[in-house]
Amino acid sequence: MNITRKDFLRLSGLSLLAFAGKKAVQAVTGLTSAPATAAAAPSKAVRWGMVIDLGKWREQAGSERCGNACSAAHNIPRIPDPAREVKWIWNQPFEQVFPSEQTVYTRQTYAGRPIPVLCNHCENPPCVRVCPTGATWKREDGIVMMDWHRCAGCKYCIVACPYGARSFNFSDPVAYIVPVNPEFPTRCKGVVEKCNFCAERLAEGKQPVCVEASPDKSMIFGNLADPQSEIRQVLGARFSIRRKPELGTRPNIFYMV
Amino acid sequence: MRERALIGGGLALFLILFTYPLWHAAAFRTEAKQPRLQLPTQSKECVAPIPYMRADHMRLLIEWREDAVRRGVRRIHLANGKSYDASLTRTCLGECHTNKAEFCDRCHSYSGVSTPYCWDCHHKPQLVAAGRTP
Repeated sequence: MNITRKDFLRLSGLSLLAFAGKKAVQAVTGLTSAPATAAAAPSKAVRWGMVIDLGKWREQAGSERCGNACSAAHNIPRIPDPAREVKWIWNQPFEQVFPSEQTVYTRQTYAGRPIPVLCNHCENPPCVRVCPTGATWKREDGIVMMDWHRCAGCKYCIVACPYGARSFNFSDPVAYIVPVNPEFPTRCKGVVEKCNFCAERLAEGKQPVCVEASPDKSMIFGNLADPQSEIRQVLGARFSIRRKPELGTRPNIFYMV
Repeated sequence: MRERALIGGGLALFLILFTYPLWHAAAFRTEAKQPRLQLPTQSKECVAPIPYMRADHMRLLIEWREDAVRRGVRRIHLANGKSYDASLTRTCLGECHTNKAEFCDRCHSYSGVSTPYCWDCHHKPQLVAAGRTP
């Protein structure tokens, strides 16, 4: 068969028009050839998140129970020098935790009130973006995880984190760990560390250790992707805020006020 | 040319002395002294065959590490039906090789391997020795 240039161009144009027409009809009628069952199937996705009930927490103002439980479980060194201390979960004054929520009146009432803070396991974590070695990354289940083997100690992530959730080991931390938990590794000099949302306990189906230690459900941990989960029920029923939402990091730690 | 015998004899003596370790070992069937390791008493079986572990335990540990930390796989299942925690701290050093000085260190120093930094963080044996565990 002999095809002229004119015929070829005409055929190409026609087939392009037919393809575009099909797409347009699909877009208008909303009919697609893809099966629609995928959306209807129950989602197995996991998105870990936490709610901290500040009302309940106020009764335990400044409680060290969660911090102590976390330190014991994760071999966190207790370094007295505040410039070198290592923190996973700790109490911080209200005005530092929620700087944009401040008014003259909150200053009168809430100034200096201790608020528990930890790594926010952001949806859009700036620490992950800057890590040059891939030592920190966002897991499928939402945890911002660290591989301490891979950390080169450049401290870029510490600078990037707007919540101050990361600490650096300026010296060998082992001497400052009392008592040592033999089930969990320690860290060495020159490595950054932070809260890991108890990934090692979640793997065994347990709750994070701070949630277990927190008195009368002042902390609720659960799967944000499951509409039936307790955390979703609580978040749906009551108003909550996140730290520094204007930065667009979208934290997964919610504070109920 | 008068010293021919002397030179030849000297060369032969040198060769004999120089190759002494080789022919002595061949003649008397001596073998290099192996490091004496203290084997675990609690368990008779390793997670992998001994020759593989001897040569490639570091590769196995790196695989475990990547699986546990990156892929969330924290349990290994062997073909014989047994399963273990993929953990250097809890399984290897915690259950079997609690004696670092007489197991890990002896073989490493024998083969001239400079001490790797695994124990900087996974140091249960030292902590047990120092009485730092509850």
